[in-house]
This record gives sequence, structure tokens and C-alpha cells, in this order.
Amino acid sequence: MRYPVKGKLIIVEGVDGSGKSTQIHLLEKWLRYIGMPVFFTEWNSSETVKEITSKGKKKGLLTPITFSLLHATDFTDRYERHILPLLRAGYIVLADRYVYTAFARDVVRGCNPYWVRHLYDFAVKPDLAFYFKVPVDVAFERITKNRPKLKYYEAGMDLNLSNDPYESYRIFQGRIVEQYESMIKPEKFVVIDGTADIEQQQEMVRQKVLAMIPAKLKEAWV
Amino acid sequence: MKKIQEGRLRFYGHGIPYFEDTEVRGKLVVIEGPDASGRSTQIGMLTSSLEAAGHAVLNTGLKRSELISEGILEAKRNFAIGRKTLSLFYAADFADQLENKIIPALRAGYIVLADRYIYTLMARSTVRGISRKWSHSLFGFAIVPDLVFYLDVDPNELVHRVFQKNTFLDYFESGADMGLSDDMFESFLIYQARIGREFHRMQKRYNLTIIDGNRPIQEINADLQKRIDDYLASSTQKPRPDTN
Repeated sequence: MRYPVKGKLIIVEGVDGSGKSTQIHLLEKWLRYIGMPVFFTEWNSSETVKEITSKGKKKGLLTPITFSLLHATDFTDRYERHILPLLRAGYIVLADRYVYTAFARDVVRGCNPYWVRHLYDFAVKPDLAFYFKVPVDVAFERITKNRPKLKYYEAGMDLNLSNDPYESYRIFQGRIVEQYESMIKPEKFVVIDGTADIEQQQEMVRQKVLAMIPAKLKEAWV
Repeated sequence: MKKIQEGRLRFYGHGIPYFEDTEVRGKLVVIEGPDASGRSTQIGMLTSSLEAAGHAVLNTGLKRSELISEGILEAKRNFAIGRKTLSLFYAADFADQLENKIIPALRAGYIVLADRYIYTLMARSTVRGISRKWSHSLFGFAIVPDLVFYLDVDPNELVHRVFQKNTFLDYFESGADMGLSDDMFESFLIYQARIGREFHRMQKRYNLTIIDGNRPIQEINADLQKRIDDYLASSTQKPRPDTN
């Protein structure tokens, strides 16, 4: 079922260490400051599902399909409960990672790309999708600098790319970047240079967001 | 004993890329039907006779995965859970069993008797307003069983069997979440009739064999046993027929 949606959906995508979370956090602060009705949601955070996913991850029990389905369950729980109702109510919904994360990760893990896309075909398209582009080495540096140990699935160890978690992580992230890059055009991502200064990036993000918010919504809330 | 011929795993949809070209010697037989339709009794009897005939048999069912079943129980207690969310939860539970139990057993040459399969999950979703197309695509990773039986029991007969077993009607099996009727008894009859209709609708697409479940246990058992024996006999000579 498709409902008329009054609100706006803004999402950020990019590999770990691309700086997307920092940027969406700053965007949220600003929108709240100017009095917009905002809701923020992030990947893998549904109370109902998170626990099971993390249990499965700890025990190394997940296959690519169950990994994909549990993340879809998590997403759908947040979607049915928060994202869609709030969009219908006229909120600006900010999502740190959206369906594209699944399209990238699940496919790299070995799921069929069409199957994954069908799974999420009920989800509304974002009004704005930012992709934070950084060279794999930069993202790798940012993540591993303060991290003594990488988690099993985070490093893509289930893919048997390398016995060394750091090497595995680097290859895994490289493949995810490839998937993201292939989506830039068809999914109309707004590409942000994730190596630029934080302030510069935020400036770009805000310009795009301002241009998109309907005058009516601005009048009503600002 | 004659050796059962090898076959390749076949999927309903896009499948599981990393299991493509997997050769299996075992057979997957599914028994579908509502609660109290006699599924587990029949599976017990079939297991004994197949084992007596020298086959290795594995029993599986829904909501039995170590990983996810607990989460589903938890989620069902939480009435705010969305319908698509619950569908996906069940699909994850099913996938876990498919990959970790069913496929390995089939590769090892077992006859797998499944107490319910994706059809129940799809029927439940459809009657709750989720599109058939979405469900079909979701379960594109499921393998096509060799045989699927649906124990078709009249809801008015079924309700008596439920009371013999439980003395109360289960909330979800009565569709009480759907607001069909204020009266639970009435709701059960409407809900079970809808689920039954959905199974009949799926019959052709998924090659379901509809078994009259209103008959006595022994009679149903003889019917199922014969159909399974015939199938096993035929598959020792020629590759399994295409069911798509």
C-alpha cells in the first residue's frame, strides 16, 4: 500500500569511517535548532531485533541469507513503526544508512541482488540520499586507528577473504565501495567528498536540504 | 535397497547463489495444515515407517531455529510489531533451518519431513494484507520440495480437534489480531476458512497435494504413505519431475 507522504526522507550512506554519521548528526542538530519536526533513526537499532542479531553475530551463526533477513527485519520494524508513520505526519526523517546498505553488503556477502532489492521494495525512495565518498584507505585509517580489534562480521571474516581481520576488512570495504559506486547514478545519490573539512561538507549538505524543504513546511515550522 | 538418484537443488526464485549446483541425494517432503490437523501425528507415523524401511529421516518445523525462535516469541508478545516485520522474522527463522539443517541433511541423503514450510508463512501474510508477489519473492531462496501435502480440515471439524487438544483457541491461529469478530470462536472459523482458501489458491503454483484431513488418522496415513512410497520408487529410476 502506498500512502501520501507529507514529510521528507533524508538518508546518508557510505562505508564505516566515511564521516556520514557526523554529518547527519550535525544536520539533525541544525534542523532541531531551527524548529523543524525531526526524527532520527539508524541501521540495526530496532529494540525487538537488535538483540537477536547481535547474539547471532557473537556466536558466528549467521549465514548471508539470515544476516540479510535479520537486518531486513530490523529495518522493517523501524519502517512500519516509525519511518512511514512519521513521514505521513509530515516529519523530516533522517536515516543513518537505508536500504542501500543492504543492497551493498548483502550482495557482497553473496545474496542475489534482485532478491535483496525485492525484499525492500515497499520502502519509499528518499527525497535526498547523500553518499559520502572516501578512498578505502582513508576510511580504513579512520576506523582502525583507535580500534584494537575488529568484529567478525564487521571485518567480513565470514567471507573468507583473508585470515587477517585487517586485510579482510580492507578487501570487504573495497567491495562495498564498488557496490555503492554502481548505485550513484541509478539511485541519484548526492555525492559528498568525505575527505573535505567537516564544516565544508556540512555546508553542502545544508544547502541541498534547504533547497528541498517545501516553503510551506518552512513557514509552518520556522 | 535401491539407491536414490541424485538431483540438483532447485529454488523457487533467485535462490541462494552459494548453493547453486549443489547436488543432493535426499528428499524433502512437506506436511502442511492448520494446528490440530494431525500434522505431527502423521509425521511421527511416517518417520517410523520410513526408518523401518531403512531410510535416514530428519524432522524439522517452523520456529525451531535456535537462533531466532525465541525472538519471534518475544516479538509476538509485543503487539506493536508490524506484519511485515513478523513475516521477515519468520523468514529468517526458516532460512536458518533451511541452511543449517535441511540442506545439509538432503546432501547427506536424508528424507527430510518438514512440519510446515513456506506456504503457511505465505498464507498467514496474505490474509493479513501482504502482497503475494512480495512473499513469493521473499521466499525465492526456498528450495522446491519433492512432495508437499496439505491436510485440509473443515474449520468446524478443526475447532473440535483444537478443543480436544488444548481447551482454548490460540490467539494468532484464530486471527484475533485481525479484528475479524469480537467473538473468538467466530473469529477462528473465519480465519481458518481464509487460510484454507489461500492454500487452495496456492495449490497449482506450488504443486500442493491436497489431502482430505477430515478422515480417520489411519486412513490419512495410508494415503500419505502410499504417495511417498510411489514417489520414492519412481525417483530411484528417473530424475525427479519438474514441478515448476
